[in-house]
Amino acid sequence: MQLTIEDVRKVAKLARLKLTPEEEELFVDQLGNILNYVEQLNEVDTENVLPMAHTAELTNVFRTDEPKTSIDRREALSNAPSTDGKYFLVPQILEGA
Amino acid sequence: MIHTQNVAQLQSLMTSGEATSRQIVQAHLDAIAQQNERVGAFLETFDESALQLADQIDEKRQKGEPLGPLAGIPVAIKDNLCIQGEVTSCASKMLSEFRSLYTSTAVQNLLDAGAIPLGRTNLDEFAMGSSCENSAIQLTRNPWNTDCAPGGSSGGSAAAVAARMAPIALGSDTGGSIRQPAALCGIVGMKPTYGRVSRYGLVAFASSLDQIGPFARTVDDAAALLEAVWGHDDRDSTSVNVEFPSLNISELSPIENLRIGIVPEHYGEGLDPEVQTAIDNAVQTYKELGAEIVELEMKHAKYGVAAYYIIAPSEASSNLSRYDGVHYGHRADNFENLTGMYEASRGEGFGPEVKRRIMIGAYALSSGYYDAYYLKALKIRRLIAQDYQQAFEKVDVVLSPTSPTPAFRIGELSDSPLQMYLNDIYTIGANLAGIPGISIPAGHTGDGLPVGMQLLAPAYEEVRLLRAAKMFESATEFHLAQPAEAP
Repeated sequence: MQLTIEDVRKVAKLARLKLTPEEEELFVDQLGNILNYVEQLNEVDTENVLPMAHTAELTNVFRTDEPKTSIDRREALSNAPSTDGKYFLVPQILEGA
Repeated sequence: MIHTQNVAQLQSLMTSGEATSRQIVQAHLDAIAQQNERVGAFLETFDESALQLADQIDEKRQKGEPLGPLAGIPVAIKDNLCIQGEVTSCASKMLSEFRSLYTSTAVQNLLDAGAIPLGRTNLDEFAMGSSCENSAIQLTRNPWNTDCAPGGSSGGSAAAVAARMAPIALGSDTGGSIRQPAALCGIVGMKPTYGRVSRYGLVAFASSLDQIGPFARTVDDAAALLEAVWGHDDRDSTSVNVEFPSLNISELSPIENLRIGIVPEHYGEGLDPEVQTAIDNAVQTYKELGAEIVELEMKHAKYGVAAYYIIAPSEASSNLSRYDGVHYGHRADNFENLTGMYEASRGEGFGPEVKRRIMIGAYALSSGYYDAYYLKALKIRRLIAQDYQQAFEKVDVVLSPTSPTPAFRIGELSDSPLQMYLNDIYTIGANLAGIPGISIPAGHTGDGLPVGMQLLAPAYEEVRLLRAAKMFESATEFHLAQPAEAP
């Protein structure tokens, strides 16, 4: 499996990660090596094997529908990088608004 | 020397009136003040709150009020477990100023048991790594040789217990992150069955693999700590609602006719000869204790690392998408628009290994590759779990090295991520299969570095695992060795 710099850039875009040119170069090699190592999984016949996403394989864990207290607004905003005291602030998201 | 005593010894000092909890906590804070500059295990100590809690315990004891099972015992906490009001950094620039709004169930259970959080310990950023070198905050050094890494990701907790700065500590284990540093630091480290300890308030790395567990210097102490933190919790939907047996293993006898499985393929390329010798000797010790040794075939064990390094990064890429520079965590100063803000904040906030894993995960989950990588890895995961199930029809526990080498030098593996990943070759299977595992001291190399032995048991058989481990501990003295302290 040979990765290209375009592959790395595409995945970085999907993952919302800004990489430096040096990181992009490094990841072409490093991720390529890791994916090459992982190729060995193809030696194993997995026809008719069910994927195992979880070891406990629990389904439908319910709790009683009782309201419980949660954090308040002040707490919710307390770690935010930017707020106006009521809301999380983000850069403008609509053109011309 | 108070700070060199184990939990059972500290408890008897308090019940006999020879020491107060305040004196015990202070002795450990003093040890940290003396040792931490050299070892770098702690990121922060909670001096004031720890002494306050100690005073409360001492007062209760004086009045004859009921006390929890770990009353007055200090414990170090890996810095990916939330404690209300304290920073939970995950050793990441992303969360360096993040203060937890609530306390994790594991830590709350400790507080309810009377234990005293002493401070937060270093880790590989977001628990991704096997050496603590991926911490964005500081290096942690192995107390046995400060040129060496303590292992990881819970290297701070392991080094703290090994260097007698804390008698016990909590860590988390996603692919060996408790057992491997325990082995490299010469102490006991245990990963319970998946679902035994609530993950509520544990910062998520790979949710189907993450499990909280204890570090200690004896099997009894590890059992006492595990018993205090485990239990069903409504706030973690993967917490299991099963029987939680008593872990007072000092009352339990050795296992008669213990059947131990060994896997010949474990003893191949990459295994350090001194580690192999220690494990061979351990097998011999068990034989002398009456155990039967059974050779096992684990056909898919060799694919564990490859499957893990698809599954764990895939889950991580999903879990870490929450760090967006909006609700909490680092936000970049310079960006053009919302997407640019996400990208710059994450690019600046995450270190190289975290980025690497997010990238692998995003790649494995991306359109066109999902079946070939992620789904394939999940199928191999089932085959590995089935191998263990079949093995446990023939044996009670499986024995192996914990790590292929003793502690390696800081910087030795940092240029080769794949070499670093292969450190987890013996530990990863337990996470993929969800079964419990323990690492206990099993020898020393010629250079005086500790060697760890791993035992694995079927799901929910922690009592069996602890009894088997204690048989070895009782017959050997490796766990009594202690690294030299700073003058």
